[in-house]
Amino acid sequence: MRQKLKKWSRAGTPWIWINAGAVAISIVMVLGLLGVLAVNGLRHFWPNEVSQGRYLAPGFKPTELIGELTRTEWVAAEVLIASGLRVDPAQERYRRDLWKLGNRDLNGIDFAWVLADFVEEVSTPESIAVFERKQGGVLYGAISSLELGEELDSADALSDDQFLWAQFQSRLEEVRELDKQIQSIQSEQLARANSDLERLRLRERAAMLEGELSPSLTQQFSAQRLEIQAELANLQHQLNQLYAQIDRDSVLVRASNAVDVLIPLAEIVRAYQPNSLTLAGKLSLYSQRLWEFLTAEPREGNTEGGVYPAIFGTVVMVLLMSLFVTPFGVIAAVYLREYAKQGMTTRIIRVAVNNLAGVPSVVYGVFGLGFFVYLIGGEIDQLFFAEALPAPTFGAPGLLWASLTLALLTVPVVIVATEEGLTRIPRSVREGSLALGATKFETIWRVILPMASPAMMTGLILAIARAAGEVAPLMLVGVVKLAPSLPVNGIYPYVHLDQQFMHLGFHIYDVGFQSPNVEAARPLVFATALLLVSVIAILNLTAAVLRNRLREKFRSLEI
Amino acid sequence: MLMNENNECDSQAGGNSTENVKTRSDACIDIKKLNLYYSKDIHALRDISLSIPRNKVTAFIGPSGCGKSSLLRCFNRMNDLIDDCHIKGKIRIDGDDIYDKRIDVADLRRRVGMVFQKPNPFPKSVYENVAYGLRIQGINSRRILDEVVEDALRAAALWDEVKDRLDDSALELSGGQQQRLVIARTIAVEPEVLLLDEPASSLDPISTLRIEELINELRASYSILIVTHNMQQAARVSDFAAFMDMGRLVEFDSTDTLFTNPSERQTEDYITGRYG
Repeated sequence: MRQKLKKWSRAGTPWIWINAGAVAISIVMVLGLLGVLAVNGLRHFWPNEVSQGRYLAPGFKPTELIGELTRTEWVAAEVLIASGLRVDPAQERYRRDLWKLGNRDLNGIDFAWVLADFVEEVSTPESIAVFERKQGGVLYGAISSLELGEELDSADALSDDQFLWAQFQSRLEEVRELDKQIQSIQSEQLARANSDLERLRLRERAAMLEGELSPSLTQQFSAQRLEIQAELANLQHQLNQLYAQIDRDSVLVRASNAVDVLIPLAEIVRAYQPNSLTLAGKLSLYSQRLWEFLTAEPREGNTEGGVYPAIFGTVVMVLLMSLFVTPFGVIAAVYLREYAKQGMTTRIIRVAVNNLAGVPSVVYGVFGLGFFVYLIGGEIDQLFFAEALPAPTFGAPGLLWASLTLALLTVPVVIVATEEGLTRIPRSVREGSLALGATKFETIWRVILPMASPAMMTGLILAIARAAGEVAPLMLVGVVKLAPSLPVNGIYPYVHLDQQFMHLGFHIYDVGFQSPNVEAARPLVFATALLLVSVIAILNLTAAVLRNRLREKFRSLEI
Repeated sequence: MLMNENNECDSQAGGNSTENVKTRSDACIDIKKLNLYYSKDIHALRDISLSIPRNKVTAFIGPSGCGKSSLLRCFNRMNDLIDDCHIKGKIRIDGDDIYDKRIDVADLRRRVGMVFQKPNPFPKSVYENVAYGLRIQGINSRRILDEVVEDALRAAALWDEVKDRLDDSALELSGGQQQRLVIARTIAVEPEVLLLDEPASSLDPISTLRIEELINELRASYSILIVTHNMQQAARVSDFAAFMDMGRLVEFDSTDTLFTNPSERQTEDYITGRYG
């Protein structure tokens, strides 16, 4: 037996087991993380059943509950008694359910813990509908009547529930269509006209500062201003017409405790009757809500709606950073490896570069704020945007500075990876090129750099992985909770490097920890985290595919 | 004719060339008192003086570490790439002192082509490998390139094997083909001198044979200097041979003489395998 054990350990089997175990644990942890994110995040978009019941908590007057059951837990009776509820101490534990009651504007709270033993007459009536509103969150209730701007053909028909619902849905669709028009006018034409007006103002002010403001120029400016103002008025007129149309219809809803609420249709984003939905209907609703999450703007302090601006901001920022970091890192690495005389100095520089990679990211944030934003940005404002002062243009946190700060943060990674790649290129290839009469620069440019490109891509992949998940420095140099517009849009100059932007990482922090409505935010934190992981994975995969292509092309000369 | 040259070279052997070598058109490379130091302590070449005849194949033989490759790399200033390496003495190629400050090293290397021990094609297509030297010179005309690439590949006896795969990566060729591609790449820029640093040492016998045939074909147009470990190869391909040991030139003579009737005992020992 002892012999056997000795042989077993001499063959290295225990090490294989330990290694395999470590790999297995790592995989389980990663999969577990993704699983938790996916389950908690994706569940949020499923249309849950809505229950109705009467709550008779001891010592309180009975209330009606309408809402979704989200979580359940068990509590000891003593705890309940200690908190002032008169429950029976003989029963050891009570079940407690978390109901999502919605109707925040009516009740003040939209989530409530309820003792399951005291809920009676629980049912799931089909007529209960869920109204997702632009403001005030979700409202649960049944439609009692439609208040339309025009009379319907037959008032009797309105008493039929199904007909009422169908009528409501078709109206809602029309209103949503109008809303889309309003949004497009507001976000495109109106925004463009306003930006034109602002630029006109800046041009005039610039002319004034230069002392070139002649009467004819003034006249020209005011003519242009009048033109834009006319356009603005025209747009406003269009908008007012649309508002009049959209505000015409509303719906009367009977919410819990027989409270009647009148909701303008313009306020409703989506309405559905979850209890009467078929599986296909639920699936379609699920994909609609998921799609909204990915493509819409956030509402209600980021706890509802989508995260599209955050996705967009993250991707644009990372791409911009890649644009800065790759050339810088590669040039630095080429100099260090190919041109600089190897010795004490290069060794010190290398150590310094390696250590830079270990500096906490928030330090870079502080540096970025002090150096890029205030010093360089302030200087740029003085030189090129003096007409806009005291309002800062580049002298405030923004996309450009955030990208540059992250480029600074990740440049050591690119330098190290590229240098590694340069060292791996066999001397024979360099000599082959030099022996043909190429200069050192030509050799580097035509042979060495293409061959080192897979290593550069590796550096870039590492840089992206680090940068896309970074939040702390971004909070200082350009990320905001809610940006009014995307950093790249249809308004001149199309790419707004000076604008602040939204970021998925910061969005998680903001929604999860800065939101007053914790319960509503919880699933969104998971969903956004899953999304952030996916975005980084996609960015990385793209870079990896590119790298493998290059690798295939420049397969280095093995013996 | 051959005898004449032999005699002339005999007088050079042993490092005692003195007279006006510059005027002699049959000497392509002229070396005077060449010393090479890799650092203060490493003295790799000692007092080498030698005249290498034009349009002949000259072989350098000797034990490992004797300095043959170092000497070869002096002719296209490849040793410049090594830190702390410096030389004393003079090397003239066609009368030009190649270590003169006014010499353009890139141009020198174009004139003195080099093929290395291990095939080192660039990770580019076959075509681009051959066209590389021309592109460096700024020649990008497709017509000229096509012509030169074909000529060079034909000269390197590779055209028939690769004419249908010019756009394939050069790394997909076999080792022997790669080495011939490197030779084609080198002769595409029309050098005057070809330096071959053990060109067949990493190849199989058949590829070696083809390289040797190729050297035979190229000898008419180039002055070829070849370093080899393989005594038979030196005997087969070269017109002249130099035996080196410990950084010194021991003997330089026509190949026939050197192999059949060496004047130095050391040479004889090495050639007959009694070295060491």
